[in-house]
Amino acid sequence: MYNLYARWIREGRLKPDSSWNNDLKIKFTVQDPCQIVRKTFGDPAAEDMRLVVKACVGEENFIDMAPNRSNNFCCGGGGGFLQSGFKEERLLYGRTKDEQIQATKAHYCVTGCHNCHAQIHELGEHFGGGYHAVHAWTILGLALGILGESERVHLGEDLQEVNLPESSG
Amino acid sequence: MAKDVIKLSGKRKSAFKDMVMGLLPDGGNLNACLTCGACCSGCPATGFDGMDPRKFLRMAALGMDDAIKESRWPWFCTMCTRCVHVCPMEINIPQLVFNARKLTPRDKVPKGILGSCDMALSKPTNSAMGCSQEDFEFVVGDILDEIKEEYPIWEERNLVAPIDKKGAEFFINQNSREPMIEPEEMGPLWKILNLAGVDWTYGSVGWAAENYCMFMADDDGWKELTQRSAEKCDELGCKTFLNTE
Ligand code: SF4
Ligand code: SF4
Repeated sequence: MYNLYARWIREGRLKPDSSWNNDLKIKFTVQDPCQIVRKTFGDPAAEDMRLVVKACVGEENFIDMAPNRSNNFCCGGGGGFLQSGFKEERLLYGRTKDEQIQATKAHYCVTGCHNCHAQIHELGEHFGGGYHAVHAWTILGLALGILGESERVHLGEDLQEVNLPESSG
Repeated sequence: MAKDVIKLSGKRKSAFKDMVMGLLPDGGNLNACLTCGACCSGCPATGFDGMDPRKFLRMAALGMDDAIKESRWPWFCTMCTRCVHVCPMEINIPQLVFNARKLTPRDKVPKGILGSCDMALSKPTNSAMGCSQEDFEFVVGDILDEIKEEYPIWEERNLVAPIDKKGAEFFINQNSREPMIEPEEMGPLWKILNLAGVDWTYGSVGWAAENYCMFMADDDGWKELTQRSAEKCDELGCKTFLNTE
């Protein structure tokens, strides 16, 4: 999906505007999903993800984890781990990811896959990092000025009011 | 590194490893390990139950098939392939793990994974959470109405969320978590597709994106779920199958 978002941005079919974050300077990082980057499309998909996120939040507000792209660590949500019942091990596995995210000091981690989203959301709460896991469509919607009030469940307090479209109420 | 000593059983036939090697191109290089440990140091599951990827590979090479069958570790490895990426010999440990999962008798498979696979197989929608065609249709329609009511601009822009639209360019799937738990998360994607001028559709059959049969290493179930989606996509004459992940 990222490659299409990136293509539509390049073609000018989508015009995200990152100026909402010029003064707020809220920091974002991305989780490179193993399934999409390392296992399927390789680093070009990782570049597309960065193109999309940077276009939405501003180049200077994007911070990469280390290591990243094809060399990134799995978050621990993959391979069925989320449904396997081994919660303790799953969180322990995610410790590696949590430390990586906390080191970036980002407030938000954009996730490109549902397993990553659920796992990183839980890691943020469990280890107390305080970061939020957000879907790409949320951040794209925010930068396009189309993200409604009820579509901000995964955004923190700081972004509940930002770039809200005009409503009928 | 794990402290446990690997105990060798009397016979050293590696039936399991040989079987897996037969399935992989170049045998997955499973005989080429240099024991350098690069895989272990970068694997987040190293140390769980005293196991790590190199040790798991060694056990397979030594024919400790029973110990592998008993081990819970294949369920702790996410098959993320980072070990393959860093291994100088590109040894395919995740495929070894995938096949080790296959050795698990059905009643020993983690219940959540088995339940999700069985549920998906029992529903034409492929939903591991049991979302039916009717429920999906209802939720999609409901959210679409809500958006248009609150933001009339989407009425003007003709926001749509079609199901079974013939000849649409993209056949799009959706994780069950959205219709079942967070339906309002579907709206942003629809709006983005609208702005980008994309012609798309969901399918009444096979719209669910998750596939737990694959995680269970149940090849037949995996294939069945994938086939349902692909056939619906073909039947509608959609050009591109698009996974929202
Ligand atoms: S990285 Fe490869 S060669 Fe090195 S120990 Fe692991 S499997 Fe063996
Ligand atoms: S595929 Fe499994 S063994 Fe390899 S790095 Fe990932 S979790 Fe570890």
